[in-house]
Amino acid sequence: MIYHPAILSLLTASTIISMMVLFAGWKGLLILRCWDLKSGSELQLQMERSTYLVSTILAYILFFHLISLFLYIFTADDLHSMFVGAMCAAGSLNANRFGYPVLMLKIVTCICAGVWLIINHADSQGYDYPLIKPKYAFLLVLVPLIIGETSLQFLYFAGLKPQVITSCCGSLFSAGAGTLSSDLAALPRVPMEAALVAVLAITCLGGILFLKTGKGGYFFAAASTLLFFIAMAALVSFISIYVYELPTHHCPFCILHREYGYVGYPLYAALLGAGIAGMGAGALMPARQQASMANVVPGIQRKLVATSVALYLLFGLVTAYLIATSALKF
Amino acid sequence: MALYTLVIFVLASLIFFVHAIKRESTTILREAPEMVVQRQLAGRHELIPIDYIEKIRSIRGVDKVEARLWGYYYDPVFGANFTVMVPETKQLAPGRIILGRGVARTQRISTGDMVTFRGATKASLLMTVQEVLDYQSELVTSDLVLVSRSDFQELFNLPQGHATDLAVTVANPDELATIAAKIADRLPDTRPILRSEILRTYESLFDWRGGMMTVILFSAILSFVIFAWDKASGLSADERREIGILKSIGWETSDVLLLKFWEGMAVSLTAFLLGTNLAYGHVFFFSAPLFEPALKGWSVLYPEFRLEPAIDFLQLAILFFLSVFPYTAATILPSWMAATVDPDAAMRT
Amino acid sequence: MIRLANVVKTFNSGKPNQFTAVDDVSIEIRPLNLTVLKGPSGSGKTTLLSLIGCMVRPSSGRIFLHGIETRFARHNESAGSFEITSLPERFLNEIRRSTFGFIFQQFNLIKGISVLENIMLPAYPTGENHTALHQRGMGLLERFDIKRHAPSKVEWLSGGELQRVAIARALINNPSILVADEPTAHLDSRLSHEFMKIVSELKSKGKTILIASHDPIVYDSEIADTVVEMRDGRITGRGHEE
Repeated sequence: MIYHPAILSLLTASTIISMMVLFAGWKGLLILRCWDLKSGSELQLQMERSTYLVSTILAYILFFHLISLFLYIFTADDLHSMFVGAMCAAGSLNANRFGYPVLMLKIVTCICAGVWLIINHADSQGYDYPLIKPKYAFLLVLVPLIIGETSLQFLYFAGLKPQVITSCCGSLFSAGAGTLSSDLAALPRVPMEAALVAVLAITCLGGILFLKTGKGGYFFAAASTLLFFIAMAALVSFISIYVYELPTHHCPFCILHREYGYVGYPLYAALLGAGIAGMGAGALMPARQQASMANVVPGIQRKLVATSVALYLLFGLVTAYLIATSALKF
Repeated sequence: MALYTLVIFVLASLIFFVHAIKRESTTILREAPEMVVQRQLAGRHELIPIDYIEKIRSIRGVDKVEARLWGYYYDPVFGANFTVMVPETKQLAPGRIILGRGVARTQRISTGDMVTFRGATKASLLMTVQEVLDYQSELVTSDLVLVSRSDFQELFNLPQGHATDLAVTVANPDELATIAAKIADRLPDTRPILRSEILRTYESLFDWRGGMMTVILFSAILSFVIFAWDKASGLSADERREIGILKSIGWETSDVLLLKFWEGMAVSLTAFLLGTNLAYGHVFFFSAPLFEPALKGWSVLYPEFRLEPAIDFLQLAILFFLSVFPYTAATILPSWMAATVDPDAAMRT
Repeated sequence: MIRLANVVKTFNSGKPNQFTAVDDVSIEIRPLNLTVLKGPSGSGKTTLLSLIGCMVRPSSGRIFLHGIETRFARHNESAGSFEITSLPERFLNEIRRSTFGFIFQQFNLIKGISVLENIMLPAYPTGENHTALHQRGMGLLERFDIKRHAPSKVEWLSGGELQRVAIARALINNPSILVADEPTAHLDSRLSHEFMKIVSELKSKGKTILIASHDPIVYDSEIADTVVEMRDGRITGRGHEE
C-alpha cells in the first residue's frame, strides 16, 4: 500500500460512491417490491419521492465517476516511477492483476450510469412511470458493478509493491506478447483502419436513416456499440502510433499527456459520450410500445442518435486530422 | 463557508507542496550519477579504496568511474549539520570554499569573508568564501559546503587513497542493472545504488509523508463533512418555510433540488477557488511556512527558497475528491429531504 | 371544469393519530363561476382546496379535469376529460402551475427578495424567456397599481399592498382557475371589500374562482355563484344564487 494522496482520494471517492449506490439500490429494491401507482398511500408517496433522490444520486455518481476514471489513469501515470520497468500508466496498471479490471469496470459503470440516466429521463416524461420496473432492475445490476469496482480498486492499491518489475507500454502493447492488450496492438493496421471507417459509415448511415424514418433503432444501437469497441481497439492498434509517430508505440494512455496536446481527452470524451448516447437510444427502443411513452420516446431517441452520430463524427475527424498531420507515413 | 475554505486551503497547500517538492528533488537527482558504489563494512557505509576504481572500470560497459568525497560537518556554535563535498566539476583552490545559502545565512557571511572550520585533528582551518550558491533548488543545496580535495582530507583527517564512494557512468543506460549485478558480484563488500532507486525512494518518501499528513487531515475532513451534513439537514424554520412556499406556488421537487444544487455549487466553487488560490500563495510565494517542519529534511538549516509553481490536473482532481466530493455527497440527502416538503404545507400553517 | 367523485383524504393512516380531513366528497366546480367553500376552521376546506388544486393526492376517490390542456395528455383528449388521481407529482405540478393560481391566508411571500422577483417566482421552473416574464410581471404590477414597489423588498409593504402582490403572483402564469384560502382572514373590512372588488373584476375577465372562507364579506357577497357549506370533512349544504 502506498500512501499517495491521489490513492487516498480515489479510495475515499469510491467508498462514498459505493455507499451512495448501495443506498440507491436499497430504495430501488423497495420500489421494485411495493410499487403501486394506483395507491395514494403514504408508502407510495414516499417511494415516489425517493425516485427523485435516486436519480439525483445517480447523476452525481455519473459525474464523479467520470472524473475518477481520469484520476485513476492519472494516478497510475504518476505512480509509474515507483515500478521498475514502468514508464507510464500502462506499466503501473500492470503492476498487479487488478489494475486493468478496475479500469474496465470504471468504463463499464460510467456507461451504465449514463444509460440509466437516459432511461430515467425518458421515464420521467411518462405520466404513469412506465419504465419504473426495468429501470430499478437495471439499477440493481449497477450496484454490484460499482461495489466490485471499489473492492478491486482497493485490492489493486493495497497490492502495489514499489519494487515490482512490471512491463510497460513498450512490451505490453507491442505485438506478440500474448495478452489481450498485445492482441489489440497486433491487430493489423490497414484492416483496422478499413473496419473503423466502414463501421463509422454504417453507424452514421443508420443514424441518418433513423432520424429520417424513425426506423432501425436497434440496428443503430448495435452498430454504435460495435463502433465503440472498434474505436477503442483502433486507439490501441493504429491511432496511437500516428500520434506518437512511432510504429511500435501502442499505449492508449500517453495520448493524455501534454506532449501530445492532450488530444486523448477529446477522443475519449467523444467516444464515451457517443457510446452512452447510442446505447441509450437502443435501451429506449422497447419503451416505444408503451402508450404513455409513444409520443415522448421518439423525440428523445432522435436527440440521442443525433448526439451519438455527431460525437462519432468528431472522433473520426480528430482521428483523420491526427493521421493527416502525423509525420509517420506508411 | 469559512471552514470549507480552510479545509481546502490546508489540503491544497499540502498537496501542492508535496508535488512541488517531489518535482524539485527529481530535478536535482536528474544530475546525480547513474550509479553510486559504496563500500559496506559490517553493514555500514565505509570509505572505499581508490584502487576499486580500476577494478570497476575493467568491467565491460563501464564508461567512467569517479571518486567522490563528501561528509557531514557539525557546527557546534550554531548546532547545525552541513554537508561537505568536494565538487566534481568545479576546481577549487585549497583554502577556498563555496557555501549553500543556508550555511551562509546561519554563519552570517557572504562572498569574500573568512570562515573557520574545526578540523578533526584539532587544528582549525581558515578559509575564504569564494561564492554563495544560487537559490535554485535550494532544498538540497542549502546546507552544502564545497571544499577542495586537500582541504577535505585535512578537515576530516581522511586516510590517503580513499574516497567516500564512487560515481559510475555507464555507456548504455539499459545495461545499468547488469553492470550493477557484476560489480556486486566482483566486489562483494560493495553496494551499487542506482539513481532510479534513489528517485523512487525519495518519491515514495515524500508521498508517504504527504499521505500520512492526509490521513491525519482526514479526521479534519470527516468532521467537516459531519458539519456539512448537519448544516444541510438542520434547515432553519425560515428556509423550510421558503421551500414550502416555492412548492405551493408550483415549484416541483426537482426544481428545488436544482436550486439546492446550484446553491451547493456556488458554495463549493467559491471555497475551492478561494482555498486553492490561498494555498498557491502560501506554498509558492511564502514557501509553505505551515508545513516546512513536517515535510522537509531534518536539518536545522531549513532551506529558504521559493518552490517552482507546479500544479496539474492530478493535484486539482485529488483536492476535488477530498473536499468538494464529500461535501456534496453529504448534502444530497438533506437537500432532498428539504425538497420533498408537502406542497400544501404552506397552506396548513 | 373540475369534478370530484367520492374523494377521501386521510392523514397518518394506520397510525393512532389517523384522521380523515375530507370524507367522501363529490362536487363539481363550474367554469367561470365563483365558488365559495364555507365552514368553520377544521372543517376540511383547506384540504379540499389543496385536493382540487392538485397539491395532494386523495387517499381514495377520483378527481377529473375537463377542458384543460396539458402537454402530455394529448392522446386522450378525445375523452374531453382525464383523471388526475394517480398522476406523479411532476405532472400534477405541471397542471397546477399552468391551470391554478394560489392566494394564501398569510400571502406566503418570500422575504429578502424584491416584489417583482416574488411575482415572477412561480414562472421560473417553466424555463420561460426572462425578458418576456419580466414584462409580464411589470404589467401585473401596473394593473394592481404597485409598480413603484417593484424593486422594494416585501417586508416594507403595507397589508393591502401585500395582498395585491399575492394576487399578482397568482396570475403570473395566466391560470384559468384562481384558488384562495381564507384570503380575508388578516384584512380589515375595507381591504376585504377591496379584495372582493378585485375578485369580481377577475371573474368578469373569465377566471374561474374558488375561495375557502368563513368571512361573511366573502360568502354573502353577491358575486358568489355557489356557496358550499362544509363541516367535519363533509358537505352539509349548498346554496345557489343564480
